[in-house]
Amino acid sequence: MQTHQYDAVIVGAGGAGLMAALYASRGVKVAVISKLYPTRSHTGAAQGGIGAALGNLEEDHPEWHAFDTVKGGDYLSDQDAALRLAEEAVSAVIELEHLGLPFDRTPDGRISQRRFGGHTSGFGGQPVRRACHAADRTGHMILQTLYQQCIKNDVMFFDEYHVIDLIRTANGVAGVVAVNIDDGELHVFHSKAVLFATGGWGRVWEITSNALTLTGDGTALTYRRGVPMQDMEFFQFHPTGLYPMGILITEAVRGEGGVLLNDRGERFMERYAPSIKDLASRDVVARAIYLEVREGRGIKGKRYVHLDVTPETVNRYLAEAGESRRITAEYVEEKLPDILDFTRTYLGVDPVKEPMPVQPTAHYGMGGIPTDLEGRVIMDAQRTPLPGLYAAGECACVSVHGANRLGTNSLTDLIVFGRAAGKHMVEYCANTGLESLPDDAGHEAEAGLEHIRQSSGSRKPYQIRSEMQQVMMDHVSVFRTAEGIQDALDKVRTLKDQWQNDLSIDDRGKRFNSDLLEAWELGCMLDIAEVTAVSALAREESRGAHSREDFPKRDDEKWMVHTLAYPTNDGGVRLNHDKKVDMTLAEKDPRFKPKERVY
Amino acid sequence: MRAILRIRRFNPEQDSKPYWGEYTLEDIQPTDRVLDLLNRVKWEQDGTLVYRRSCAHGICGSDGMRINGVNRLACKVLAKGLTDGDGDAHVQIEPMLGMKVLKDLIVDMEPFFAHYRAVLPYFVNDTPAPADGRERLQSPEDRAVFDDTTKCILCACCTTSCPSFWANGEYVGPAAIVQAHRFIFDSRDVAADKRLEVLAEPDGVWRCRTIFNCTNACPRDIEITRAIGEVKLATRRGAEKQREAMRKEHAK
Ligand SMILES: Cc1cc2nc3c(=O)[nH]c(=O)nc-3n(C[C@H](O)[C@H](O)[C@H](O)COP(=O)(O)OP(=O)(O)OC[C@H]3O[C@@H](n4cnc5c(N)ncnc54)[C@H](O)[C@@H]3O)c2cc1C
Ligand code: SF4
Ligand code: SF4
Ligand code: FES
Repeated sequence: MQTHQYDAVIVGAGGAGLMAALYASRGVKVAVISKLYPTRSHTGAAQGGIGAALGNLEEDHPEWHAFDTVKGGDYLSDQDAALRLAEEAVSAVIELEHLGLPFDRTPDGRISQRRFGGHTSGFGGQPVRRACHAADRTGHMILQTLYQQCIKNDVMFFDEYHVIDLIRTANGVAGVVAVNIDDGELHVFHSKAVLFATGGWGRVWEITSNALTLTGDGTALTYRRGVPMQDMEFFQFHPTGLYPMGILITEAVRGEGGVLLNDRGERFMERYAPSIKDLASRDVVARAIYLEVREGRGIKGKRYVHLDVTPETVNRYLAEAGESRRITAEYVEEKLPDILDFTRTYLGVDPVKEPMPVQPTAHYGMGGIPTDLEGRVIMDAQRTPLPGLYAAGECACVSVHGANRLGTNSLTDLIVFGRAAGKHMVEYCANTGLESLPDDAGHEAEAGLEHIRQSSGSRKPYQIRSEMQQVMMDHVSVFRTAEGIQDALDKVRTLKDQWQNDLSIDDRGKRFNSDLLEAWELGCMLDIAEVTAVSALAREESRGAHSREDFPKRDDEKWMVHTLAYPTNDGGVRLNHDKKVDMTLAEKDPRFKPKERVY
Repeated sequence: MRAILRIRRFNPEQDSKPYWGEYTLEDIQPTDRVLDLLNRVKWEQDGTLVYRRSCAHGICGSDGMRINGVNRLACKVLAKGLTDGDGDAHVQIEPMLGMKVLKDLIVDMEPFFAHYRAVLPYFVNDTPAPADGRERLQSPEDRAVFDDTTKCILCACCTTSCPSFWANGEYVGPAAIVQAHRFIFDSRDVAADKRLEVLAEPDGVWRCRTIFNCTNACPRDIEITRAIGEVKLATRRGAEKQREAMRKEHAK
């Protein structure tokens, strides 16, 4: 086992990891470890935009952005975090521009902005243009720009190293253990500080917009080392995934005027969100589509609806709404080139001429590793930090997105809180010594891998995986009931047991053993599925993305609290609901007090 | 529908040389991606098969490989496009050419990224940012000039289909030139001359013989050969003049 020493180690090279690395590398010796080449990270798939109240096209303010975030999150967002996000979004986006990011431009040369779901002016009024974009490949541009700047800054990268354990000490952390995917050797990275930025876990569900690599590694492996997972019951289903594969069709399509239609050709969102219609927040639209399908109004009776951005349709509705704007086929080509490419490649559908088939698709984890506003990982309801441990991006939970994330707020989250964490790590490393490495560092991880490598049971990883994905899709997705969740939980626990005792893989070698590493990732997903189900079963209310048919109302009396889930010694999950939602803004301004959400 | 796959296999831990593995999949969908087929082979038949993949929809650049003789992303090629008269999909899959094979379809990407890093693929502008704390301005026309080359996902499909690169691996290759183009023609950047110096070297743009393989291979439909031509012109007349000419052309 090789050992390396750095001040700070960053696990994950998506937007959050790279932003943190850029800042940390200005002060201390940093290594970035990633199981993928950095440019393969899923941040590159983000399409629609990054939210910031620049006010480049119409009046906008960070307070409005904070309001939309809190309301969008169904009042479970910590308000201090929402405020920090909205205020720092402006400087963060400007900073990206200064780092070279090629945003689309307004005629006077400023960063261009467009509409997105749940973005409003004047505390819940009309749609406002807040999403800063570079065509429909905003995430690609963010990822490229940050990677380029890290190269410029000589950041040290360990590409295709798969992190499998966190080294904890009595007081804090001492580094991580990783497999060099190329030759299968284990490496110990000994450091003062560790940041996890390992992204989401959409692959827990059958239909998802997420990459094959989004398996929740960081969130699961810190959990196994005693760090809680927060608010895991809140997992976002994006309303418009391409039917049948789930590839994401960005909300920007609706931002540019696209409308959702059922089998009767009705614009059904008029019934569910009379004022803001197709641009209501995601949980609202995803539920609406499910209900349309359930009531037999899916297209041709199937499980999807139409998303129509043909100029003909868009212009008809614009005219009906009394707007003067009209769009053309060329405009759609220019604003949504990648979307057109997806539907043409995969379905032979040309969105300029015909509607796209869409269905809700598992998209984004609102929960994750709990952190404070500086990106420090916190261990309990009293927000006690674990010295040296940080998290940022989708694997983390500050919690800014609450029960439902607004479109474009994830990219903002990566940049704002990735930056905060990178800065804080520099400070922390300057004032702290290196904890000594435990003698057995890496041994447990090594034994775990060997257990999988030598496994010779009767169950292949893909069988266990697809059964997990199926049952989570059936029972722990857009609508939930106690009975269904319990079924899913029983099944997941059976699968976990099979994973532990009855698994079998083919590849016993060292080099590029993705058979082994995929099986290891499956273990992470099973942990996440279990915690998600346990958390969802306990929360007896409906809020944001967590919609219980047996408890259809939001219950602010009882549930204005976060869920913290801990592993128990006997392999179970223990929940704690003592962590109250931060109400900083509501205390000063009654407009931020929880009220019924209508769009 | 059925798929019959021939996959180039090589495991340095066991094999002295590469060989063809043959696999048959029953019940595939016409809309299955080649990546879906590879996944099914790996998951259901032989877990030792390896290849890179991540996003599964043509956006991350992981799974560039040779499919029926041309460089493609496995996640952007559908089974229905690979059928013979008999209605089955016939798929031959090999690693990209011109790079060292590490195992099965996985090639050593390091030399490719070294060429990328050689062209200073990052924004340079050390002049003070606007005093009002806002963005640097850039007109939509100036932005349009380099739009095409910002789409690159570094998949290496172009470089590994270029005969000049096969002949001489020192040639920086089309992907690196595309990356340089993205910055050379960005009106906000100030390091164009430095990049052009690198590209005017013997292993730079002049090794391009304008054969268009790269443009045909690009899964992002980037007009690579055109971009290379623009960089060639800029090495002669300077980035500024060339940008001006391109702006006029875009305005047409
Ligand atoms: C299709 C799609 C479109 C989206 N569009 C938008 C949008 O328009 N606006 C918006 O705000 N949000 C959008 N999102 C959400 C947003 O893109 C993601 O939440 C965000 O990019 C996550 O970034 P990240 O840095 O946390 O992680 P990622 O970019 O996912 O990166 C994770 C990193 O962790 C590494 N990693 C993971 N596990 C390990 C391990 N065990 N060892 C080593 N390395 C590891 C990976 O290699 C990778 O580098 C979209 C998401 C999807 C899926
Ligand atoms: S056009 Fe130039 S770079 Fe492209 S394949 Fe031909 S020689 Fe190579
Ligand atoms: S230019 Fe095209 S083919 Fe070449 S690396 Fe970039 S995306 Fe791939
Ligand atoms: S897997 Fe991302 S491009 Fe094919």
